[in-house]
Parts: sequence; structure tokens; C-alpha cells
Amino acid sequence: MKYVDEFRDGELAKHIAARIAHEASPLKTYRLMEFCGGHTHAISRYGLSDLLPDNVRLIHGPGCPVCVLPTGRVDQAIRLARMPGVILCTYADTMRVPASGKLTLMRAKAEGADVRMIYSTQDVLKIARDNPQREVVFFAIGFETTTPPTAVAVKQAAAEGLKNFSILCNHVLTPAAMHAILEGGVALDGFIGPAHVSTIIGSQPYEVFATEYGQPVVIAGFEPLDVMQAILLLIRQINDRRAEVENEFTRAVTREGNLKAQALVDEVFEVRDAFEWRGLGSVPHSALKLREEFAGYDAEQRFGIEYVAVPDHKGCECAAILRGEKRPQQCRIFGTVCTPENPVGSCMVSSEGACAAHYSYGRFREDAK
Amino acid sequence: MSAIRPDYSRPLDFKGGRVEMSHGAGGRAMAQLINELFAKAFDNPYLAQGNDGALLPPASGRLVMSTDSHVVSPLFFAGGDIGCLSVHGTINDVAMMGAAPLYLSAAFILEEGFRLSELKRIVESMARAAKDAGVFIVTGDTKVVEKGKGDGVFITTTAVGVIRDGITLSGDLAQAGDKILLSGSIGDHGMAVLSQRENMTFDAPITSDTAALHTLVAAMLDSGAKLRVLRDPTRGGLATTLNEIAKQSGAGMMLQESSIRVNGPVDAACEFLGLDPLYVANEGKLVAICAPEDADRLLEVMRAHPLGRESAVIGEVREDAHGFVQMITRLGGRRIVDWLAGEQLPRIC
Ligand code: SF4
Repeated sequence: MKYVDEFRDGELAKHIAARIAHEASPLKTYRLMEFCGGHTHAISRYGLSDLLPDNVRLIHGPGCPVCVLPTGRVDQAIRLARMPGVILCTYADTMRVPASGKLTLMRAKAEGADVRMIYSTQDVLKIARDNPQREVVFFAIGFETTTPPTAVAVKQAAAEGLKNFSILCNHVLTPAAMHAILEGGVALDGFIGPAHVSTIIGSQPYEVFATEYGQPVVIAGFEPLDVMQAILLLIRQINDRRAEVENEFTRAVTREGNLKAQALVDEVFEVRDAFEWRGLGSVPHSALKLREEFAGYDAEQRFGIEYVAVPDHKGCECAAILRGEKRPQQCRIFGTVCTPENPVGSCMVSSEGACAAHYSYGRFREDAK
Repeated sequence: MSAIRPDYSRPLDFKGGRVEMSHGAGGRAMAQLINELFAKAFDNPYLAQGNDGALLPPASGRLVMSTDSHVVSPLFFAGGDIGCLSVHGTINDVAMMGAAPLYLSAAFILEEGFRLSELKRIVESMARAAKDAGVFIVTGDTKVVEKGKGDGVFITTTAVGVIRDGITLSGDLAQAGDKILLSGSIGDHGMAVLSQRENMTFDAPITSDTAALHTLVAAMLDSGAKLRVLRDPTRGGLATTLNEIAKQSGAGMMLQESSIRVNGPVDAACEFLGLDPLYVANEGKLVAICAPEDADRLLEVMRAHPLGRESAVIGEVREDAHGFVQMITRLGGRRIVDWLAGEQLPRIC
């Protein structure tokens, strides 16, 4: 029965919270970044910061796929969607990311572009099969978790000889973003490492952050208790002056990760020299593109659309928020001009975005002051 | 409804037949559909008058009237169908005002090609629901739209009820200190429909909670507890209903997540589809706000009723200029339970 679980969860959380309060030194501040939007969501959804002492601070990281998508990339997708004969397919949240000229894919759709929301890459293939006279483009976004399904789709299209399918590839890499964050100079004392991403890439890619940057990393699942436990483990590492990669999420993550998925991705994709991220700027070796032999499925090449970088909205602090330098409430238009109904920046779009999570779950904190 | 008596014609083929444009055209085919299906199923003296409107006896109190359109897809789901849903939903709207429902009207928009066998099932389900609730379906209408312009069947029902003296329930009456009660688990209806649509199967099936709540309401009113607000958390779920009340009353709320019941399979399905059960529709639950000193008494009465066995106090109303609905989560932290942002869920009620 759910009741019992909840009771147990609550008791356990209290127990971990008590350990954290006991073990966190009042003389220190613990600045912990949760990299993933999934963790940001869990923290806000369950009000976890209320269970932590004031000197244990959680800093939202950039691990929210739609948040890090720069305006220019959405513009590119909209340009594609507006081409005659094109059907542009994408995941739901992507539809609402603000682009140039007050556009979103949703608005482009309302104005007549054929944009379709899909749940899986198999939906895209089906649309391509059903519409042989149309060009079907998948606006592929996301971290290492969403990449394998895209790779499967590309391989399947190649095997079937599906000629009217292509992808606008925006798959990005977690470790590269963590490098960029650390190089950016934000003061951090440790990372709560990704859950789902780590099931694919394993825990090994984080080891360099421990050895070279002295940053403790604890990989954690997306359940709120996972997050609490990870915070406790990080505090222990920091107190002991250790910097290691620990795995709280052993029920799903190994050191090597999912080798099959990695091989599949490697077969289809290769690393780009550089890729522009919202907030982090151009980050070397931080994203993927199709390998030469699959280049025929690259929408950028097929339709000859160049990427054009576009500056963010002037009032929007998304960039600083994604770098961990600012909090949503420090944005002047947070909750007034920019709300989940009318997002100005990308962080207000998905429930994993720092601004949307804070708006939907935590904004009573400011208003109470 | 018309009382034209057609000369003999072949009875409607409820096995293999389908709705045709002529079934809404006002002619003999329509009269036949009305007589052989609707009039037979809904059978009552008011409907049998056969005039343009139903002539009803004088009522003994203030009248309450409410209307609701039902567009659920799929039409049949575990625990119910669009027919009984359209009866329960409108009865509940009237009941939430504190009224005893008396009469219903029913208007059907049928899609050409819709199976008569399915229509019959739906109409019979409506008739059963109305009979069980002690309410008469006294008037109705049928229109047919071309194939492709509807989704099988849409049903609009209107209910009229009467409210006895001394009862005033309204969304703007919640006061700081009042207790918030909920009559059972949340999310059952919405997830029954959605999981069926998504073809999800669970060990334990999810069954819609669709039910007429007026007898529960009557028991609550009879208890003498100082009730201020009654609402049924349908579309938009518990979160939306509570935000509406908070806004109307200019107050805030503090809920306890651990006292809000979510059945296991509903929780699992929500998790799978990335939904929060707080925003998922219910069709057989109510939220009651009452004076704090009466909460225990009210809770006892609710639990004694078959539709309120799992009732619980889930929180209280508090002063808050922002009108925030907040919740102590099951982990012990605090969060806002906000208005639903972004897209509406698919049609489920
Ligand atoms: S509140 Fe809106 S505009 Fe401000 S940083 Fe967040 S997303 Fe950007």
C-alpha cells in the first residue's frame, strides 16, 4: 500500500536529514551542484532544501536538455519546419522553447508549419514511412540517455532504405558540460552525478573530476531519498577531504555503463569539434554529429541550413543560471514577464528547468520574505 | 422529444446498424431512434409527455442548475463509460451546491457511422445511472454530424436540483483555520482512461471512480457540520480545485501529502507517463471545507458512507495574501501545489 511507503520514505528522509545536520560542519558551506534537471525537479517537487541546514546549498546545473539548447538551434528547427514538404518531429518540451522573433515551434505550428510531437523515435520512422512524399526531420535533442534511440532510428532508416528521414542532431555530452562548468570558475564543493545518463556512460567518465579537479561526485537516482543520501555522502567526502566518484545508484549504474548502447552510439555518431550551449558558450568536444557514412541523414547538410548564433533575450539570466552563477529569483523578470505559461528563457519551459521548478514548487520562499 | 408514432417500420438494427445522417434529421428515422432507444431506456412520466419541453411540478426550494459536456475518449473504460459519466458528472455539480438533484436533460451529438450497439450500451448505462441516483432524464435532443466531424458521441447533460433553506455553500467561503477533507483516493478516473488509451497494463487494473455523490453530500449536510465549500475535483484534479477555492476565498492552504491517498497502480501509471496525480481527474470524489471544530464529526459521517470510506483530513486553510496552496511533501519538505502550467491533458471527462 502506498501509505506505508510514504510513511517509510518520510521516516527515512528524516533520519538522513538528521545525519546531514549532525555531520555538516557549521564552519563550512557545502556548495553542491545537482547536474541533472531530473534531480532539480525531485529537489523542488519534494521541497528537499527544507530538510537541509542553511550551509548546505544546492546549485542547479545545466542538465536539462531543452534548457541548454541555444536560440539559434531552435531557429534552425523552425526554418526547417517552415520549408514546404517538411514534417518536423520533436519531443514535447522542445515545442515551447523560445526562439527568435517571439517564435516557438508551437507558434510556427499554429501558423501552418507541420510540427509533430512524438514520444519515441519509432513514431518518427512511422511518420516517414506513412508519408513517402514528404521530408520527415527529427529534431533530436538531449544528453546521453536520448542518444541511443536516435542511433537506433538512423540505423533502422538505413537498413530500410528510408530516404525521406533525417535528423537535426543536437545530442550533447554530460562530461564536457561538467568540464565547462568547472573551467568557468563557479565555486563548487561537489557534484550530485546524473542518474539516467550514468546508466549509459557508467561512472568512469566522472573520475577525472575527482582526480584532476578535486571534486567529489556522487551518482544518485532520481528518487528524493537517493538525492538525500547523495548529499550525505558528499558531505562525508568533503569533511574527510576525499574526492572520489561514489555510486549511490548501484541498482542501475556500473563503472562501465551500458557497453552495447555505447557501441551503438559510437557506430552512428562522432564527436563534434565544438558545439554552442546556452549559458556555457561554445564548448569543445561537447556534442555529437552523424558519422560520414550516415551523413546522408543529416538534415543540416540535406537542407543546407547553417547554424547562426543568436544572443539571448536581454533580460534573461538563463546563461548565468545554467553556469550555476545565479539563482532563478535573481532574474528581474522571473515570475512577472517570464512564467511557465509565457516562458522568455529556456529554463522556464520544462519542469526540469531551474526557473520552472522554482516557480512551480518553491516561489513561496521569496514571497514569504 | 417527439411522440410521433410512425407507421410500422422495421425495428432498428441494434446489432449491426450504424448511425445515419437521417437519425438527426427530424424525420421518421429520428423518431424511431428516440422511441426505440431513448424513450424506452429513460422511461419516465415527464419524458412521456412528448412535448417540446418537460412540464415539471413546483419545486420546494431554491433551484440549482448546472450543465456539462462530455467528450471522453475512449468511450468505454474500466469502471464506466461516457453514458454513466455524463449522468454522474452533472449530478455531482448540482450536489456540490448542496442541492438534491431531481431532473436531467441529455443532448447527444452522434457521429455518422457510429455503431448503434455501442450507442445502446451508452444509453442504457445512462438510464441505469439515473435510476440508481433517483433522477429523471426528462428531455433531450439528438443531432448527427458527418463522419469525421465528431468522435463517436458527445453528450451534454444539464441537471436541476433543489436546495433546502439554510444551506449556503460557495467557493469563496473558506476561512483561515478551516479543515480540508477529501473523500478518497485521487487520480483513479483520469488514469483509468489514460492507461486504457496508452494500452498500459498493470497487475491490478485501474478502475474509474465515476459515481454520483449526492447521497454522500446529503449525509454530510444532515450531520449539521458547518460546511463552507464542496467541490468535486474533476478536470485539472485536486490541485486545480484547491487553487480555485483558494483564489475565490482569498486564502492559502497547507496540505499534507501523506494524507492524500493515491492507489498503487495509479501512482505507477502516473510515474510512467510523467504525470502528477494531483492534476489528474476524478469523477467520484469531493473536497469539503468545514469549520475546524466540526471536522471530526464530518469525517465520521463521510467514512460511514460507501463512497467516503477512505475520507481523510488533508490539510487546512490559512491566511496567505498570495493565495498559495502549499504542501508538506512526503519527505517533509515544502512545495507549492500550483495551477497546472502548459498543456492540458488529453480529453478524459
Ligand atoms: S526567469 Fe525566465 S528570463 Fe529569467 S532566467 Fe529564468 S527563464 Fe530566463
